[in-house]
Amino acid sequence: MLKFALAGNPNSGKTTLFNALTGSTAHVGNWPGVTVDKKEGVYKKGPEPVEIIDLPGIYSLSPYTPEEVITRNYLLDGEADGIINIVDATNLERNLYLTTQIMEVDIPIVVALNMADVLRKNGDSIDVKTLERRIGLPVVEISALKGDNVDLLMERALQAVKEKRAGTSILKGSIIWPAISNAEIALKLKDVPAPLFHAIKLVEKDEIEVKNHPAEAQAVQAFIKENVCKKEENGIDAEAEIADARYKYITAHFSSTLTRARKPSYDHLSKSDKADKVLTHKIWGLPIFLVVLFLIFHLTFSDDLFFIGAMSGGFGGRAETLAEHPVGYIFFGGGLNTPGMILFNLMDTLTSLVGEGLTLGLEAMKAHPGLVDFIVEGMWGGVASVLSFLPQILVLFLFFSILEDSGYMARVAFMLDRIFRRFGVSGRAFMPMIMGFGCSVPAMINTRTMSDEKEREATVRVIPFFTCGAKTPILLAVAGAFVAYFKIGNADVITYAMYLAGILAAMISLLVMRSTTKRGEVSPFIMELPTYHVPGFKNLMLHLWDKAKHFLQKAFTIILLSCIVIRLLSVFTWNWTYIGEDMDKSILASLGQFIQPLFTPLGFGSQIPQYGWVFAVAAITGLIAKEDVIATFGTLAACLGAVLSQEQLDGGVAQVAYLIEVTGITKAAVISFIIFNMLTIPCFAAVAAAKGETAKGKFKWTLLFWIATSYVVSAAVYTIGEFVWPVAIWAVAIAAAVVGIVIYNKHMNKKEARAKLLGK
Amino acid sequence: MKKLSDLKIGEKAVVTAVNGEGAIRRRLFDMGITPGAEVYLRKKAPLGDPIEIALRGYELTLRKAEAAHVEVKEC
Repeated sequence: MLKFALAGNPNSGKTTLFNALTGSTAHVGNWPGVTVDKKEGVYKKGPEPVEIIDLPGIYSLSPYTPEEVITRNYLLDGEADGIINIVDATNLERNLYLTTQIMEVDIPIVVALNMADVLRKNGDSIDVKTLERRIGLPVVEISALKGDNVDLLMERALQAVKEKRAGTSILKGSIIWPAISNAEIALKLKDVPAPLFHAIKLVEKDEIEVKNHPAEAQAVQAFIKENVCKKEENGIDAEAEIADARYKYITAHFSSTLTRARKPSYDHLSKSDKADKVLTHKIWGLPIFLVVLFLIFHLTFSDDLFFIGAMSGGFGGRAETLAEHPVGYIFFGGGLNTPGMILFNLMDTLTSLVGEGLTLGLEAMKAHPGLVDFIVEGMWGGVASVLSFLPQILVLFLFFSILEDSGYMARVAFMLDRIFRRFGVSGRAFMPMIMGFGCSVPAMINTRTMSDEKEREATVRVIPFFTCGAKTPILLAVAGAFVAYFKIGNADVITYAMYLAGILAAMISLLVMRSTTKRGEVSPFIMELPTYHVPGFKNLMLHLWDKAKHFLQKAFTIILLSCIVIRLLSVFTWNWTYIGEDMDKSILASLGQFIQPLFTPLGFGSQIPQYGWVFAVAAITGLIAKEDVIATFGTLAACLGAVLSQEQLDGGVAQVAYLIEVTGITKAAVISFIIFNMLTIPCFAAVAAAKGETAKGKFKWTLLFWIATSYVVSAAVYTIGEFVWPVAIWAVAIAAAVVGIVIYNKHMNKKEARAKLLGK
Repeated sequence: MKKLSDLKIGEKAVVTAVNGEGAIRRRLFDMGITPGAEVYLRKKAPLGDPIEIALRGYELTLRKAEAAHVEVKEC
């Protein structure tokens, strides 16, 4: 099968084209660098199927960030038969800069002039014929979003690969050319593939190239000194000369093919500029961001829309349960329900109907009561308690997708960079962190857009602290149960506070790591700010569908399976006798009791004699998938014979409240339990992702970091909350740690400054 | 000698030289900040840093520390 690689600038629409060509639903965003790994798909509409490879977006083939290296290696490996170079027509000059580099490789190339529709809408036009002639490559105007001319593009691409193509360069005629052509001859003698490309990189003193061809590199530099510098008075800087020559050539030969309807002027404000003026306003920019963030969480999790209920002194006719008033239950809580809550209640209704249906069906089949129990409460109960949170996770995800797609997220990074820098990371870290609220796995992979390895590793470590969709149920159910059982506080407030506590833990950890084990200067922040646009409905729905599919798959596979295993382990003894509700003798109980003492300092260990091990078991099952924590509670509550109505069974709150009651766990320990689960080792998938993104052999430190952080913070919360007096000990310990880190930091700063001076 | 970081909001200038070294310098080149390029300081972030410039028909953000590597002159 023929292989085509998609290469182009970040945010030029490569992934959109990839989706249009392959019918795939890969994640697209209005943020430079959404694709950070290569993806493969098949284009089937042509005469023969063709493989399409979506490469990470890059500005140049230089060797500085991981995704640049991925793309560069792929193009040079000769694996691809042809390259489709996507060029954003609305940003011609900078996009063609990459084209002038790609054309130096010996591969057939087709230029896809994307966003042709946007260009026309602005009244501008590009003389494609002239551009094609001057650039020496086939050029096709397309709109990846609308699918215009996409098939024509593939037709031209298939045509192009029929002939071999040797690299060409626009640098001929520049004063550095003699050096390049000599280097090319030398590399040809060595039988290096794509000699022109390598020759140019060698002249640029590219790190990878110099390492691969040290002898030639020396010869090239000597040649430049001998022949080129003589003509120049101040010597010559090949790297600057080449970059400069590329842009000069583009301005002189390619830019003129673009005819603008209006003469470009900085004073003219487009709609995007006007929106930007408000959203990044000097005074209002940051408050607007905070309000947006608050609104998102409010619309997703609150049961009192805009606090109408609280302000009007509560709504009349409030329905507590479904049976009492089905419609009221869905739409009204203490006030008007928010969209997230309405969907939550709808799902709740749905899962309880399924549960009732299952019971009726099984009873009609005269199934054994133990089996009915096992299926309805053990299996379905566990899965349903997780499923019920799907709507809210999707709503939250939708809001973040809208922000990302519109281009606002990039502006938030712009506004927050100054603050982030104080914590030792650049504003770029903002995107993976925000993605962490959805799922840690893509968030960790997204850190590849960060160029500094230490900064990247520190960011990967704190990403799980941003409460992900799977941890949300723990927060909601345990916080809900806490309020329901102890009759204090407000579930909303506890949920918000826990989200904030996670962010705080992340920031403090970053600060500590960047001044101790992960020291280093903050990496540069040089980032394109994309034009705002209204998010595409189709695109948003694709994101949502992807997320929902992933969640459902997990619920009905790994979570269902763990529910079954836990249920089985909890109703049988070691010699496989069925014990029913006498769970204290079960296999699970003995396993739980074995590890229970570990959690004593955290408040949910040996101090809870009665069924206390359920918390230990739940925390451990959370390592498989965080949803399992609540699913485990659901299963175990059922085993303990919690007599709950069907509505109470779903949603997890009542089950957790029941467990709090039978175990007699204290308030402080419940909070400590939530915190432990938020900060400890994330789920299996995230652990694998983190391992993939950190240096080989160093991952054990990341694991240790998670265990230590969660253990220490939970212990502090529990002991202080329970006995108050340990606050003095913790205060001293924290003060000592802070002083120690500050002194160490100062010492290291001095040492580094001295080393720098000596080095120069 | 004027630097890109010295520009005021709404000021235009032409790049004359790019200093610094390694990855930062290379990135500045790749993003189109080369001698002769016209730049316009669109705005500063709410906390004064980073800055947003318009060049070659698009918007770019960079920190003042990085912009200090770029020498400019009035046009």
